[in-house]
Amino acid sequence: MAGSVPGRGPASVRISGKPRDTKKVLLRLWSYLYYYKWMLLGGIVLTVTSNLLALIGPALSGGAIDAINLGAGNVDFESVFRYTGLMALFYLVSSALSYALSLLMLHMSQRVVRKMRSDVFSKLMELPVGYFDQHLSGDIISRLSYDIDVINTSLSSDLVQICASVITVVGSLIMMIIISPPLVVVMLVMIPVSILYTKYMAGKTRPLFRKRSEKLGELNGFTEEMVSGQKTIKAYAREAVTLGKYDVCNTEAVNAYYNADYYGSIVGPTVNFINNISLSLVTIFGAILYLFGRMTLGNISSFVLYSRKFSGPINEAANIISELQSACAAAERVFRVLDEECEVRDIYGAQTLENVQGDVRMEDVSFGYFKDKTIIKDLTLHAPKGSLTAIVGPTGAGKTTIINLLMRFYDVDSGQVYVDGKETRELTRQSLRGAYAMVLQDTWVFQGTIFENIAYGKKDATMEEVVAAAKAARIHSYIKRLPDGYQTVLDEDGMNISKGQKQLLTIARAMLLDAKMLILDEATSNVDTRTEIQIQKAMRRLMADKTCFVIAHRLSTIQNADMILVIDRGNIAEHGTHEELMRRKGLYYQMYASQFQ
Amino acid sequence: MRMVFQYLRPYYGRMALGLVIKILGTLADLGLPWVMAFIIDDIIPLGRVSLILGWGAVMLLLAVGARTGNIVANRKASRVARDTVERIRHDTFDKIGRLSGAQVDQFTVPSLISRLTTDSYNIHQMIGMMQRLGVRGPIILVGGTVLTATLEPVLTLVLIGIMPILAFVVFTISRRGIPLYGKVQKSVDRMVQTVRENISGIRVIKALSKTEYEKSRFEAVNQELVSKELKAGSVMAASSPLMNLLLNLGLTGIVLAGAFRVNAGASEPGKIVAFLSYFTMILNAVMSINRIFIIFSKSSASAGRIREILEAPEDLVQEKTEEIPGDDYIVFDHVTFGYHTKTHKDGSAEAVCVEDINFRLKKGESLGIIGATGCGKTTIINLLMRFYDVDSGEIRVNGRNVKGYTLQELRSMFGVVFQNDVIFADTLYENISFGRDIPMERVKEAAADARAADFIEEIEGGYEYRAAIKGANLSGGQKQRVLIARALAAHPDILVLDDSSSALDYKTDAGLRLAIGRNYSDATLITVAQWVSSIMQHDHILVLEDGKTLGYGTHEELLASCPVYQEIYESQMGSEVA
Repeated sequence: MAGSVPGRGPASVRISGKPRDTKKVLLRLWSYLYYYKWMLLGGIVLTVTSNLLALIGPALSGGAIDAINLGAGNVDFESVFRYTGLMALFYLVSSALSYALSLLMLHMSQRVVRKMRSDVFSKLMELPVGYFDQHLSGDIISRLSYDIDVINTSLSSDLVQICASVITVVGSLIMMIIISPPLVVVMLVMIPVSILYTKYMAGKTRPLFRKRSEKLGELNGFTEEMVSGQKTIKAYAREAVTLGKYDVCNTEAVNAYYNADYYGSIVGPTVNFINNISLSLVTIFGAILYLFGRMTLGNISSFVLYSRKFSGPINEAANIISELQSACAAAERVFRVLDEECEVRDIYGAQTLENVQGDVRMEDVSFGYFKDKTIIKDLTLHAPKGSLTAIVGPTGAGKTTIINLLMRFYDVDSGQVYVDGKETRELTRQSLRGAYAMVLQDTWVFQGTIFENIAYGKKDATMEEVVAAAKAARIHSYIKRLPDGYQTVLDEDGMNISKGQKQLLTIARAMLLDAKMLILDEATSNVDTRTEIQIQKAMRRLMADKTCFVIAHRLSTIQNADMILVIDRGNIAEHGTHEELMRRKGLYYQMYASQFQ
Repeated sequence: MRMVFQYLRPYYGRMALGLVIKILGTLADLGLPWVMAFIIDDIIPLGRVSLILGWGAVMLLLAVGARTGNIVANRKASRVARDTVERIRHDTFDKIGRLSGAQVDQFTVPSLISRLTTDSYNIHQMIGMMQRLGVRGPIILVGGTVLTATLEPVLTLVLIGIMPILAFVVFTISRRGIPLYGKVQKSVDRMVQTVRENISGIRVIKALSKTEYEKSRFEAVNQELVSKELKAGSVMAASSPLMNLLLNLGLTGIVLAGAFRVNAGASEPGKIVAFLSYFTMILNAVMSINRIFIIFSKSSASAGRIREILEAPEDLVQEKTEEIPGDDYIVFDHVTFGYHTKTHKDGSAEAVCVEDINFRLKKGESLGIIGATGCGKTTIINLLMRFYDVDSGEIRVNGRNVKGYTLQELRSMFGVVFQNDVIFADTLYENISFGRDIPMERVKEAAADARAADFIEEIEGGYEYRAAIKGANLSGGQKQRVLIARALAAHPDILVLDDSSSALDYKTDAGLRLAIGRNYSDATLITVAQWVSSIMQHDHILVLEDGKTLGYGTHEELLASCPVYQEIYESQMGSEVA
């Protein structure tokens, strides 16, 4: 069973048609295994022993049959008992060993998988935030769960199976040669046929299986997008059109599946066919050899059993190869995450930002998310300690980008950013970011109690501090009304509280931080105006001794700012206080006036 | 599973044919060892090579027959699987399009997605497998047993004697193992949730330098998952060696029993040889039946989940209603509604969401709805467009109750932008035209009115520029403008803007309002907003709090009569203006 539900990744983020470097992927997988080399070695030893023991079985049964073949009344019971006793013993030991082997491999593969998941997750935590803007969370999650699972299945079963197959094939061949060299000639014809055929089919079906995964991925991506947008589709009564598009994707996907199956369905029966042919040939020639007294009946029996054992792994080879292929594809997707470029590391000897005053300065800063698209050009600004800087401007003018640069979610392309006169790239990110408190447009709460959610930014926060912050954010009385108060567990995505309350929680979280600088990115856009009035009062208290950066669309909230930056197309078009800007009658004035039109 | 069989019904003929072919092919497989035994016991003693060759040829023929039969049957099976799943997916997707808002809430969107993707995939696999292995396994098991019985009834008893023990082992292990896998699945869900949280909160996590903490949190769920998997795996890993052992011991038993039979002259050694061959085949068949059980139980859960969607009752059916003539175009008459699906921790259902809402709009008039978050503004839109049905009261559009329209008719009158509305991964043209065959010229006009034309024309590719999924390559303001263009493009009778200009700056917002006033004056406009400036020029303004009407009237009337409205206005416009 190839068993691949490809990740939900839509076509656009999936692999392009480039040939994959299977060797490299395998080598890297190997490096994970190498980590647990002793377990692996143990596994190999167990595999070899248990399979060798199993190989003795047919020889013993052949011996028993020869002892039986003396005819009625003449059966050599002593030999029969000896042989069958040994058979039972060997089978017993072999089964015990193979169970031990399964356990060992299970433990090994689980360790590998655990390490892999940790690695991927750690990597995710170190990626620049832009990565998450560009990738669907579903796609990232399917790498962590589904893809790693595929690798796991393959590691725990395929490795053992490959080992076992090699031993079985070689062992059976040796046993067959011992029993009857002339008969092996039959096998020598069949082996190359089997191998060539398997190889040929694998080559033929591989692109089909790949296409099958791709089409399924496309279908899943389309499904995710359309079901997520179902409300809009319904609102415009576009169900029929969408269904039509879905049908196209669906048909392509099931056809690709069928095409892969169409060729895939030849493999099993054909390998079986090759087996049957060798069985027939062995029977014919064995019978002839027996007739001329060159072979015993027990020999034929053992030979037949060995030839079945011999072809078993070849039968499975096609399956194992396709499993390995999907494991490789999965590993590739996982490794691609691991290969993403991390946030630039803190420079060697980076300083810790201490005793923060909150004096922020940007000098000649230029930046763009893509090399050829500069969003901010030669920006210079100074926000002295305790000042309030408001950033306004038309949509898409680069307001959020300034915040990204202040927090060093991204590094500037040219120019410098200073905090307290220190160039931020010479500081550790942790201390720099710790100097800011932040309330973002997108509220974020996680599954956990309300207490945990508020205390998130401050280690060892006491209940008193949390309550104080909640009171300051005007959410204390709401929390008190909940059945479990501060111990109320929030659902996934905080679905059991409203958007506005979520926003208030994140404000409380920010209030608890002892930061000298504060960033509000349209922080109040989710809170209704009446609540906002109350929050603003509290905010003002919070902002008193802090350097604040406020991004706002609504000009009313920022009229008392020390400095208003009007950003247009990446440049500061105007700056000054509200009064100065109003007098200038420029862009700010126009924006301000338009709210009363 | 019943549902899957219903979908399979049209293919019963094809399946039956496939089944016959499969049985013939499998029987050919089974015939081989039988002929072999015949050669050894009956032909060899005759000592004629030509006869051996002749029967050998029979064996080869059987081999060819087995291959052909199996391939043909397998292909037929995958065709049936393909056609069935294609239809199941089609119907499920179609049905999702007809679910009411309440039903979607109940299923949740992520669950709908996983049912349509993972679950339908499981079913696809299962249908194929069942027809191939599901037929082959039992036939080999039964056929093999029957054939061996004709060869040597007494030895067959040994074989049959093992079966119950085997069944018992498989049953016991599965009964212990499958619940453990349920626990594994729960741990997987927990891990996925942790990752999802981290992805959505990455900025906060980084800002607060909590990455190390999150890593340790992940480590804990990771460890838990691993230990659950080890537990389940250790139990399940026992099944294969145990089954192997049992069958091999059976094999030993046959040799032993065979010795006595031959000695008594009741059997021939060749039969024992053939027996051993059958034994290996049967062993494999039993193994594959075991695997089928696992797949079957997995996909019957999947089938159940899909069936829930397919069998969900049609919620929003068209009803017969009376027309009430008059020049009121949109009427909310004592409308009350609550989302009942949401139950709180203490088990109490969420109470009423909007209560006793009343308003009347004439054609071409405009209504602004303002109020705190969660006060029911969006609910009014949801009811008007009939994503949900009212609990009491009546909503009429053009004199007819919304329940009296087909959903298609009703919704075709609207152009709407929701909060957090969706941009699809398609060209900007397609995003605006949205499958309605709106000519490019009209799309450009709408884009100009929505203040989207400027940026679209600057972008590389213009209207053919491909938006990424969820519009990730557009800014928030750009997305909103494209969405508004979509709403305007078809010259709707009713235009609904639900908080759709929150990412627009004043100037753009004002220009947009101007364009709507000028070019869409026929349209009845409903604007949901948090900002007085967005709605103060509307003909009617509805002030909501906690689902109740606090005020209804024009801007001037409300300024005079509604204290809450005054408060909002003053806080937003700055004290100097008020």
